[in-house]
Amino acid sequence: MFMWLKLLCAAAILVQGIASAQTYPGIGRAATADEIKAWDIDVRADFKGLPAGSGSAIKGGEVWDNKCASCHGVFGESNAVFPPLVGGTSKQDMASGRAAGLINGTAPYRTTLMKVSQLSTLWDYINRAMPWNAPKSLNVEEVYAVTAYLLNLGGIVPDDFVLSDKNIAQVQATLPNRNGKTMQHGLWHMKGKPDVRNTACTNNCGKGEVTSSLPDYVRNVHGNLAEQNRTFGPTRGIDTSKPMDKTPLVNVAIGTEKTAVIVPTIAPTVDIKSILNKNSCTACHGMANKLLGPSFADVAKKHAGKMDSVAYLTGKIKQGSTGVWGAVPMPAQSLSEADAKHVAQWLVNALK
Amino acid sequence: MLQKAPEAFVPPALALDITQQGLNDARRGFLRKAFLAAAGGAVALSAKAQSPQGDPAILVLPEHSKSLGNPVAMEGYGSPSKYEKNLQRRESPGLTAVSAASVSFAPLQALFGIITPNGLHFERHHQGWFDIDPAGHRLMINGLVKKPLVFTMDELMRLPSVSRMHFIECGANTGMEWGNAAVPTVQYTHGMLSCCEYTGVPLKLLLDMTGADLKRGKFLLAEGADGSSMTRTINLDSALNDTIVAWGMNGEMLRPENGYPLRLVVPGVQGVSWVKYLRRLEVGDQPYASKDEVLHYTDMMPDGISRQYTSIQECKSVITSPSGGQRLLKQGFYNITGLAWSGRGTVKAVDISVDGGKSWRPARLEAPLLTKCLSRFNFDWVWDGKPALIQSRARDSTGYVQPKYGQLRAVRGTRSIYHNNAIQTWRINANGEVENVHVA
Repeated sequence: MFMWLKLLCAAAILVQGIASAQTYPGIGRAATADEIKAWDIDVRADFKGLPAGSGSAIKGGEVWDNKCASCHGVFGESNAVFPPLVGGTSKQDMASGRAAGLINGTAPYRTTLMKVSQLSTLWDYINRAMPWNAPKSLNVEEVYAVTAYLLNLGGIVPDDFVLSDKNIAQVQATLPNRNGKTMQHGLWHMKGKPDVRNTACTNNCGKGEVTSSLPDYVRNVHGNLAEQNRTFGPTRGIDTSKPMDKTPLVNVAIGTEKTAVIVPTIAPTVDIKSILNKNSCTACHGMANKLLGPSFADVAKKHAGKMDSVAYLTGKIKQGSTGVWGAVPMPAQSLSEADAKHVAQWLVNALK
Repeated sequence: MLQKAPEAFVPPALALDITQQGLNDARRGFLRKAFLAAAGGAVALSAKAQSPQGDPAILVLPEHSKSLGNPVAMEGYGSPSKYEKNLQRRESPGLTAVSAASVSFAPLQALFGIITPNGLHFERHHQGWFDIDPAGHRLMINGLVKKPLVFTMDELMRLPSVSRMHFIECGANTGMEWGNAAVPTVQYTHGMLSCCEYTGVPLKLLLDMTGADLKRGKFLLAEGADGSSMTRTINLDSALNDTIVAWGMNGEMLRPENGYPLRLVVPGVQGVSWVKYLRRLEVGDQPYASKDEVLHYTDMMPDGISRQYTSIQECKSVITSPSGGQRLLKQGFYNITGLAWSGRGTVKAVDISVDGGKSWRPARLEAPLLTKCLSRFNFDWVWDGKPALIQSRARDSTGYVQPKYGQLRAVRGTRSIYHNNAIQTWRINANGEVENVHVA
């Protein structure tokens, strides 16, 4: 009985397995070998995926000068565009597998060669992403060569070195910071154990002392913060273009705050759309379609480019018009002479 | 012939009467009565027009109350009000030398609720962004699978989809603050954080279609189609439960800056793993040691050892208003509001301190409270005009409590750039200005 049940379950799982593979007919197709070869370019830490080939540090130097030095500097030490690649490693580091500059924190910066623990990472990234403005343009030999040149700049391989898929694992074994890494932490597995602990204390929990704050001279470094906050609501952005006003707010009488009453402002620039809307022009005229009156586009077509039309149209708008565009009369409009002229000019300019 | 508009307010019987019999005094009387209330208001105002008392915003009718508004579809895709122009994604000056490999921060100080508007979603690009034609976009799945498959967008979007709300936070969010207070506002301290409703097909469904060997295959390489072909290793242990291959973002397609037309959504995990312009997934039995898990996105400990593959965003919170760079206008009531989240589950509680962490009181958590999603908290507070240090502290469903700076630095030092989830302090000065400070 029990045996039967087990078999039944196994059969059910089998059926389910087949069913799940057949649930979405017509969706997805087998990738061809060539397609996989074209895209599957990653090189893993164990060098799985590394194409056979080689490249010399000398050749790498040539490629470097033409395609890499503009961002990374001639010796890979520039930090003008990206963090420096080369520097801060020693023969002792190569022996120990730990970059000493990282252990004691004395190095002024952390270079790529100080940090990198896997040589595959350099090869893979140069191959997939470099040069920055023309990724994937280097051939296999050039990628080996540039990698070899970088290692040579860092004193890890000699000037005449030729890096290849055959010797890359040996070079890995001399990488200065190959041992400076760990995966033993709580941030990889969802159930990993946190390394920092706090408690939900509610009273007498700490001193509440400020240990760090921003110096006055950086007040406006991020731009005027008044322009990075909403202009209404519970708060405003600080006007950091001015020095701090240290007057305590308790001394400001309620109702006299500068920003207590928000007075609406009127945009100073000429906004044709708002003139059209304000004077209900759009109730009878569409932009491109005929409503009760002709469309603005049709009026513009008739008058575009003719400067004397501005005066004519201004008059028509102010005084009204009959019979030009059909039987429906346009009544005299109460908008100002200036606004009427703005609209006329806009029509003559062909709605620009 | 000008047609008369049909009457809407005059009773039909009266209208018929006027049409048939003409307009006499009696009928005029009825009409006047109908409009008396409206006219009365105008008369009252003009009687007092000599010295109006009160707010001009009320007494002087604005243009929008006296004119015709804009038509429908004036903008085929609408934009925010012109009065909201201050709220922009912004770069932090001096952070990066080239803006194609940089960050723009979301203006958290002015956002409400938990959803980030698509146009304000933070950006992080490693080699610039593209607007990719979906017709030519493909997703390949290979590696430890029985049958490597290729999908078009047409095919992916025919599959059964899910929609889930999740936060995305860059591992380097708050990274400038490890050593000391460094930037002025919550936009720059915490703005590499956003939250969307994502729509897509569950990763597990796609892997099952390929017959992936999930016993050996514990690692997934995700690869983008952009210039850098961004790669990251995903932990399949947890990713099988909730990872989505997504095209939708808050009801529309992904924005180009956020991976259009396809990206990986890895709930609870730092943003760099949510590979954009997703072109390939490879199932493997080892992690892949990509550039952004060996050289960057590694957490350097005090002994100089770098933690690699640090991925999960632990429980964290921040007060978004009042916050750094803002100023209060006067003393009195304020709603202290902010965001809390955890990469390991749901937010269970948020406590607020207004005395720099000496004492704490619970904030109100607003629904919905979803797993690996932003949660909004609110706290009633009356500011007496005296200097105050305001803080928030979140606790998640695992019991983990967001740490203080002192606790975080005691374990991890100050040389890491990533995974800073310490309690944030804003100092409110007597002049109403709010500034970024640290309390250990």
